[in-house]
Amino acid sequence: MVNDSKNAPDTGQQGRARRMAVLAQADPRQLACLWRDLGIDPAFSLVRGPETGLVTLRGRIGGGGSPFNFGEATVTRATVRLGNGAVGHAWMLGRDHAKAKLAAVIDALAADPAMERSIEASLIAPLARSAADADDAKRAETAATRVDFFTMVWGED
Amino acid sequence: MYVAVKGGEAAIENAHRLLDDRRRGDRSVPALTLDQIAGQLALAVDRVMAEGSLYDRELGALAVKQARGDLIEAIFLLRAYRTTLPRFGYSRPVDTAAMLVERRISACYKDLPGGQVLGPTFDYTHRLLDPALAEDAGTDQPVRREGETEPVMRVSEILAGEGLIEGDGAVAQEKGVGDITRTPMEFPMDRDTRLQALSRGDEGFLLALGYSTQRGYARSHPFAGEIRIGEVEVSVDIPELGFAVSLGRVQVTECQMVNQFKGSAKAPPQFTRGYGLVFGQSERKAMAMALVDRALRASELGEDMTAPAQDEEFVISHSDNVQATGFVEHLKLPHYVDFQAELDLVRRMRAEHDAARVTGAGDELEAAE
Repeated sequence: MVNDSKNAPDTGQQGRARRMAVLAQADPRQLACLWRDLGIDPAFSLVRGPETGLVTLRGRIGGGGSPFNFGEATVTRATVRLGNGAVGHAWMLGRDHAKAKLAAVIDALAADPAMERSIEASLIAPLARSAADADDAKRAETAATRVDFFTMVWGED
Repeated sequence: MYVAVKGGEAAIENAHRLLDDRRRGDRSVPALTLDQIAGQLALAVDRVMAEGSLYDRELGALAVKQARGDLIEAIFLLRAYRTTLPRFGYSRPVDTAAMLVERRISACYKDLPGGQVLGPTFDYTHRLLDPALAEDAGTDQPVRREGETEPVMRVSEILAGEGLIEGDGAVAQEKGVGDITRTPMEFPMDRDTRLQALSRGDEGFLLALGYSTQRGYARSHPFAGEIRIGEVEVSVDIPELGFAVSLGRVQVTECQMVNQFKGSAKAPPQFTRGYGLVFGQSERKAMAMALVDRALRASELGEDMTAPAQDEEFVISHSDNVQATGFVEHLKLPHYVDFQAELDLVRRMRAEHDAARVTGAGDELEAAE
């Protein structure tokens, strides 16, 4: 999910990056539904945001050459602190403040290993599955438009 | 002495109210929703995001609605909006090789790893107006073909295997990646900065310039080596975490143009390349960008400078449609005092001209006598 070759990531960091990526991509309605089903409502305070700003997107010349800036995207981020002192962050494309705040709360909750398992099972796994299903559907629809060439032969010899 | 002329407040207010009314139109017709615009006029929204240089589908749709479908006005609105936002940073370069491909074609190779995948294209349609679309008659679900996940290889990698094509393109990066939104443009430009300007440049302008290179003004024998459309992941190094996180995906169109090159003192005969990368499904724009990128490399490649598309200052200075429309459209703002001065000047010149003609005519008469 996350291409992170520079920092040698431990599994906790990898897991957190993956969780944040799944939350960033999640459909806000599905996330809100799953969160409600989880039935927890921790007290928290906002440390930063939620706030919307810009991230400048980079590509590479020719696809793999030197980087260049090719545009900007709206990004929303939030940082929260739970009653127990755990701090959570969220960064995601778009301008959905409610979703960013909720994702930051989930990130903070996941600092607790027991809670992390429950979040993984009840939130992250179903969200990741929905995203993977949507990608599979798109891949299959695209694959149906692939050209199968065949040759025709005219005349003798 | 300045004398301010006041007035017009009421007229302006009423004009804007009239604009609101005309935008809404017939109240018995349902108002457009942003979902409808983003979903059903998606390519208009893509163009607004690309040239507005801001990826946000909902805002793009809002801009199209507010601008009554005037896309350059919508682009202007998006550019104005982005200036109100703080900058959080730069993404890691997106990896178009890892794209979730929705379309991928090559005009160079028929059979290539990943295949020719048409995706949702206008190509091969008959361009006949479809009266059925006047009604909402329902639409078939797309066909699916399961179980194919062949990696989609870049065409440039195939040619690179033979050593017949130049590399991806490197610019000296001592001063960091150029950014025209932070530093005023200076000529000559590095290719990274130029590509940024082209990526948000006006589609019509770049299309015309790209076309001019095909018609012989800086001919470069282009082939559409590869065009791919799809979603790429946006990753950002998060300072408070110390590692990179994916923020989601954006849809982009990438065009790798492959061009013949006879060779020069510095380089052997080989294929050279032009590159296009644009937000959304913007194939025509990405192709035009790649053609113009290649044309603008004339001096780098030691080619003769003969055509407008090779003139960096001309192309880049006039590619931004927000700047262009600002300067062209400012002509309709009051220039009453300027014009009075011009009028005086022309009257005086005319009087002098007439006087000179009378004298001149007298001189000729004298000469004839």
